[in-house]
Parts: sequence; structure tokens; C-alpha cells
Amino acid sequence: MGELVIQNLSKIFKKGNQEVPALLNIDITVKDGEFVTILGPSGCGKTTLLRIIAGLETYTGGTVSLDGELITGPGPKRGMVFQEYSLFPWKTVLGNIMFGPLMRGVSKKEAEEKAFSYLELVGLSDFKNSYPYELSGGMKQRVAIARALANDPEILLMDEPFGALDAQTRNNLQNELLRIWQEEKRTIVFVTHSVDEAVFLSDRIVILSKRPGTIKKEIPIFIPLPRDRTRPEENRIRNEVLRLLDTNANPRPNE
Amino acid sequence: MNSFILGMDSQNVQKVIIGVFSLAAFALLWELMAIYVNNSFYLPRFTNVASAFFKVIQSAVFLNDVGISLYHFLIGFFFALLIGVPIGMAMGWFPILDKIFNPAVEIFRPIPPLAWIPFAIIWLKLMHQAAGFIIFMGMVFPIIISTYSGFKNVPRIYVEAAKVLNSATPSKLIRNVAIPAASPMILSGIKTAMGVGWMCLAASEMFGVSDSGIGYKIWFYYGIQAMDHVVVYMLILGFIGLFMDFFFRYFIQNRILKWQKGTVV
Repeated sequence: MGELVIQNLSKIFKKGNQEVPALLNIDITVKDGEFVTILGPSGCGKTTLLRIIAGLETYTGGTVSLDGELITGPGPKRGMVFQEYSLFPWKTVLGNIMFGPLMRGVSKKEAEEKAFSYLELVGLSDFKNSYPYELSGGMKQRVAIARALANDPEILLMDEPFGALDAQTRNNLQNELLRIWQEEKRTIVFVTHSVDEAVFLSDRIVILSKRPGTIKKEIPIFIPLPRDRTRPEENRIRNEVLRLLDTNANPRPNE
Repeated sequence: MNSFILGMDSQNVQKVIIGVFSLAAFALLWELMAIYVNNSFYLPRFTNVASAFFKVIQSAVFLNDVGISLYHFLIGFFFALLIGVPIGMAMGWFPILDKIFNPAVEIFRPIPPLAWIPFAIIWLKLMHQAAGFIIFMGMVFPIIISTYSGFKNVPRIYVEAAKVLNSATPSKLIRNVAIPAASPMILSGIKTAMGVGWMCLAASEMFGVSDSGIGYKIWFYYGIQAMDHVVVYMLILGFIGLFMDFFFRYFIQNRILKWQKGTVV
């Protein structure tokens, strides 16, 4: 199971005496096995929202729960793939993937088997003894995905994981993520600012407004996988999303 | 050319050849200057130093002196690690401990380690521990400071990555993230400390904290005006320091930090 329920969530940052609201009245329900993308202009709080779900950030009001369990801190049921390269540089690829299971108390042999199978899943078996500095950006993120999955999370949280990659690598990894998602059948919450990526990947797009982030609209996508990057059906949704993001409407001189 | 040279690439061959010639030229210049000065107290001749050198390293007291000096050094080194690393870690990781320890560290740190010699003698008498104490005072602060900044600058992303991978308690984070992430910094601090400690060693043995050792021998031979022997023991201090540096770099640093290869540090 991996059902995420966010109710009336708000987050207010305190800077001295000033209170800066980052998120207001967020209500999202993500069903087990669903792929939901959170999309919004930069600074809208989408990363903050994901970090709250991960337990890396506290929240001011409302509730966040996974399978009925209130989230109060990081936990093994929620795996995270970061935007920055987060592999431990002092561990080999295999050591990185084994880290989560080992920390949970799984035996070394079992952790290794698990790591091997996920390494195979992301297609990097030949690099098991490499150190992160020997990998390309795309490979690093694949290992990061394998590392998160090896911990057997109910839900995978991904914070712009392909943001730092070149366009072609990015497309490849999107295809692979979909393949992995279909094989693993895990719930995914994916944060991005790329409309193309959101339309290509998700069952549902949640669009946040500018700061403070509120839910502007949820758009379900019924186009079956695999999707096309240029077909009219996809384009229609993309246009709708772009219009909602109103990147060009009401331009303000200071932004 | 023999196989020793053939085994190296031309860059290294060139380096070795130039190095040998440069040392030979230096020795020759030294010899000529000493002949010109003609005063073995002011400047002993290279040839005299060389023959004294071989006499010294064959003598029985030589190994004793080296052993005693290394013993002094290891006392200081051991306690500097034992005390410096945990204090640095505690200060770097827990802001409250930083605030508690910082004033004392900042007051004692700038005191030159040799200024502790009187107290070293009062507290520990003319024992090996007194020399070890001076060396400790020289080594502990570089170790504290480097461990501290290594811990303070652990990239947040690794801490968060560990937190979402079942490693959220302070002890797990310190063991699995902070120590490995800070290890380059800590090791470079230890290397600096070894240099400082070696300097303190010579001084502490010379200033009467010890009655044997390499530094003591320098002072002793100065007393009997055997300056060629003084130079011999100076060179021995240099050679051992060089060897420790080499050993540390190639057998410890490179092995522990092999994951860092290819990165610019």
C-alpha cells in the first residue's frame, strides 16, 4: 500500500518577526500506485511540499499521512530522489544502494542481493564497484533511484530528479522511470517545473500557484502509456497546463 | 640504462636525473664553501658530515635515540588524536558544544606549544611524558580545528539522503555520514599536525624536557662543538619527517580517500 493523504496543509516560514507563508490549504490524495506530478512556478513551494512528505521539513497546520499513519519525520516507507547528486561519494555504487537496507538491519548478504537486483533494474550492473565520481549525471540519478527503491518504500518522492541532465539523457531517464514504475507498481510523487515531463509521465498533474503555494488545479491525464511527446492529445493538455501556469499572462516588471 | 630506470616513464626519469644532479651540485657547493670558510664550528664540511653520518647510523645509541624520539612523538600523537578528534567532532556537530568549547579553544590555541615547557617539566618531570606533552600541545589544535570544520561543512544533501534511508539518529549520522564526509579534512589536519608535532619534538628535547632523543642529541653535540654531528642529527630529523609524510600520503591518505580521485581538492 502507498496511499498519501494531505489535508489542509500549510507551511509558514518564520524569518525573525516576519511570517512568510509558503503553502496554504493543500489538499491532495494520491492513490496507491498512482503517479502524481506537482508542477508550479519556481518558488511556489513544490519542493517544500515534497520535503514535508519526506519528513525533512515540518509543517505548520493540517495533516500529512501515509496509509493512515501521520508523518512526523523521515521513514523507510518514503524513498526520496533528490535534484542534487546525493550519492555518498565515499561509497561504491553497490555500497550506496546497500546503505538503506543495511541501516534497517537487513543482513549483508540480503542487502547485497537486493542491491544487485535494483542495479539490474536501472541497467548499471557493470558499474557496481565504481565510485560516484566515475559516473555521468544520468547514471548517478539512476543509482539514486535504485538506492531509494532498495529500501522498499511504499512511495517514491522525486524532487526534479532529472533537472540537471541534458535533454536527451532526460528523455531516456523518463522512459526508464516509466518502465520501472510499471514493473514496481509503486506510488510516485514527482516534482518538476517541466510541463513536458509532467505530461509525459503522470496520471495526474497538480498545479500549484505562485507563492504562497495553493492548489490551482488538478488535471488527470487519461492518455495511455507510452505517450508521445508531440501528438495533438498530449499537446492539448500541455497547452492547458501552460495556460494555468500563466507564465506569460500579467507579466510583472519585478519578477 | 638499467631496468629500474626503464620501468619509469620519461617524465619521472628526467625528474630523478635532475634531482640527483641538483643534490650533487648542492653537496659540492657546500664542500667548497666549507673549505673556504675553514672553520668546522661555523660550517662543517660535507665530507665530514657524510662520514659522521655513516658512523652515527651504525652506532648502537642511534637506534635508541630514534626510538626515544618516535616514542615521544607517538605519545603526543596518540593523545592528540584521542582528545582532538572527539572534541572537534562534538564542536562541529552540536552547536551548543561549539559555544561551550570554543572560548577555551580560542584562548589556548594561539599559545605556542613550546611555551608549555615549564609546566611540562613541573607536571611530568624530566620524563618522556613531558616531551610527549609538548608534542601533544602542538598537534591537538590542528586536529581539533580540522575535525571541527570537516564536521561543520558536511554537505546537507548527504545528511538528508541518509535521513531518508533509515539513518536519522545523531549517532548513525555521525558514523555513516559525517565521519566519511569529513575524513579528507580530518586527514589533512592530521598531516599538518604531524609536521607541527615533529617541530615540537626537536624543540622539546633540546630544551631539557628530555635527556635523550634526536633533538637532545643536537643540543648535546652543540655543547661539545661537534657540529658535523649536529648536522647529522638535523638531517635525520628531516629524513624521518619526510618519510612520515610520504608514508602518510601514500599508504593512508590515498587508500582511505580513493573515492576522491578525480575530484579537485
